[in-house]
Amino acid sequence: MTTPQPAENPGSLLSKPSGFSTHKKSSQRNLTQRLGFGLLTLIALGTVAPIVLVIGYIVVKGSPAISWEFLTALPSDGMRAGGILPAIVGTFYLTLGTAIFSVPLGIGAAIYLAEYATENRWTRLIRIAIINLAGIPSVVYGLFGLGLFVLFLHFGTSILAGSLTLSIMTLPVIISTAEEAIRAVPQSFRVVSVSLGATRWQTIRRIVLHESLPGILTGVILGLERAAGETAPILFTVAAFFLPRLPNSPLDATMALPYHLFVISTQVPGMPVKIQYGTALVLLSFVLGMNLLATVIRSRARARRQW
Amino acid sequence: MMSDIPAAIPPVRSSFWKSELLITRLISAAGYSAVVFVALIFYFLISEGLPTLGEVPLKDLFSVRWYPIENYFGILPLLGGSLIVTLGAALVAMPIGIGTAIFIAEIAPRWARELLKPLVEVLGGLPSVVLGLIGILVLSPNLRRIFNFPTGLTAFTGSLLLAAISIPTIISVAEDSLDAVPRSYRDAALALGATEWQTIWRVTLPAARSGVLTAVMLGIGRAIGETMTVMMVTGNAPVMPTSLRMLFMPARTMTATIAAEMGEVAQGSTHYHVLFFIGIVLFLISLVVNVTASAVVFRQKKRSERILS
Repeated sequence: MTTPQPAENPGSLLSKPSGFSTHKKSSQRNLTQRLGFGLLTLIALGTVAPIVLVIGYIVVKGSPAISWEFLTALPSDGMRAGGILPAIVGTFYLTLGTAIFSVPLGIGAAIYLAEYATENRWTRLIRIAIINLAGIPSVVYGLFGLGLFVLFLHFGTSILAGSLTLSIMTLPVIISTAEEAIRAVPQSFRVVSVSLGATRWQTIRRIVLHESLPGILTGVILGLERAAGETAPILFTVAAFFLPRLPNSPLDATMALPYHLFVISTQVPGMPVKIQYGTALVLLSFVLGMNLLATVIRSRARARRQW
Repeated sequence: MMSDIPAAIPPVRSSFWKSELLITRLISAAGYSAVVFVALIFYFLISEGLPTLGEVPLKDLFSVRWYPIENYFGILPLLGGSLIVTLGAALVAMPIGIGTAIFIAEIAPRWARELLKPLVEVLGGLPSVVLGLIGILVLSPNLRRIFNFPTGLTAFTGSLLLAAISIPTIISVAEDSLDAVPRSYRDAALALGATEWQTIWRVTLPAARSGVLTAVMLGIGRAIGETMTVMMVTGNAPVMPTSLRMLFMPARTMTATIAAEMGEVAQGSTHYHVLFFIGIVLFLISLVVNVTASAVVFRQKKRSERILS
């Protein structure tokens, strides 16, 4: 009475074992399933296709603008000509500054949560705080940075103020990915290390951090990728509308790629489209390059993992 | 995690233990830093934003006219703008996000999953200004032509791009919660004669309900807080939306208002305080969304990573 119908799988879409169908309306049920799966496949394609199209479009439209001069010259003619060097350098410094502050703090917090904290009310409070930090709108970070770093601490609109603002925004990403990486290290590693006479910190530094490094690195890079692409937090804390020179100190204001792209696509009349796409391409390469790096580190670590 | 390990035998040198103690202190301090930052952010928003209540009467603040140059600080049109743009984004992002999550978690063969997940991550990492540029140069002229709008810079254009921004969040959280549904549920349904489709629709998805709801909430939270994209493509007209038709007209969100006007106001002026007040409103919205979502997440004992990325 029960007849297996392996043919009901729509093509190669299914890798899992199929269900058995005994109902008299089974052909109709199979049709529903086929339509449903088809629809979901279409939806998934509909999610992915625009991503590929947008990136492809920017590469095609932007690459004619890319030249040695575009990457290494100062902007001229009210940004309508010349290069975008100050914006590239500015974004580089901002990302570096963000890393300096957020990496030690984020990894420290992750170590605390994974290795020291016990599950109690305070730890819960920390977790809720982290989740909240992750959800706060980027422009609110901008307001906060303006209030605390620029005005209250008198850093002025500077790379320092912007890096600090971006660091706090990046912190939750780094903490949560690093914590997960640290927790993935098997408990037996720690037990062996401690039983050999190592202290808790020696164990963490030499064993736990060593083993979880690729995972932590992935999180750090993904966090910095977000910081590099953000505009709203640097609007009032760093960004200079037009500053055709390179910054000399952390207390200098600077141009930055995302803000520069915003400026030339909305604030400057008669801006050549080629330069807009070119700038977008440079920013995109920066961000996607970091994304790719993170993906490579993650998959290599996964392949090499012994435990 | 190491609390169940017995302490090591103390070495002879005491300076050694001092440094161990110092490290422990530093690490605890780093652990609590997130709490300190949330408190600091709240404090600075309050201290710069609360003076608004003394400077602008409540009934003016909650009126429908935003025209700061002549001291009209009605924030309702901005709130309405944020709501209508977000509503539009949610309508687009919900079916697509959940559908893609189901596809990845339940249907896709391994190779498709390995391809889809990094691509969705890439979408999540696209800078919002880049999406804004595409919105200005490609999306809005085409929308204008297709629908015959007077302008392509409308709340709807913003909604479409915001949908793209919130979809990665929805996908990763929803996929997580679908993955968390025990394999035995599906096996039981299939053994009873249900098709794969029926199993997904009537067993797996209902079982993952709360997680999927969280996914949608976090996606909406992202959409409300997004700044640059909406500022670039929504036309920035602070008009109170009174009907759904307004979705196809220019609008202005709270985030875009802060971003566009903060650079031009004098520190300590009423306008400056009102912009921080809007910041408080945004902060509270994200607080409610995230605390509610995290309550669900805690119950499911899920890691926080997915909702963060």
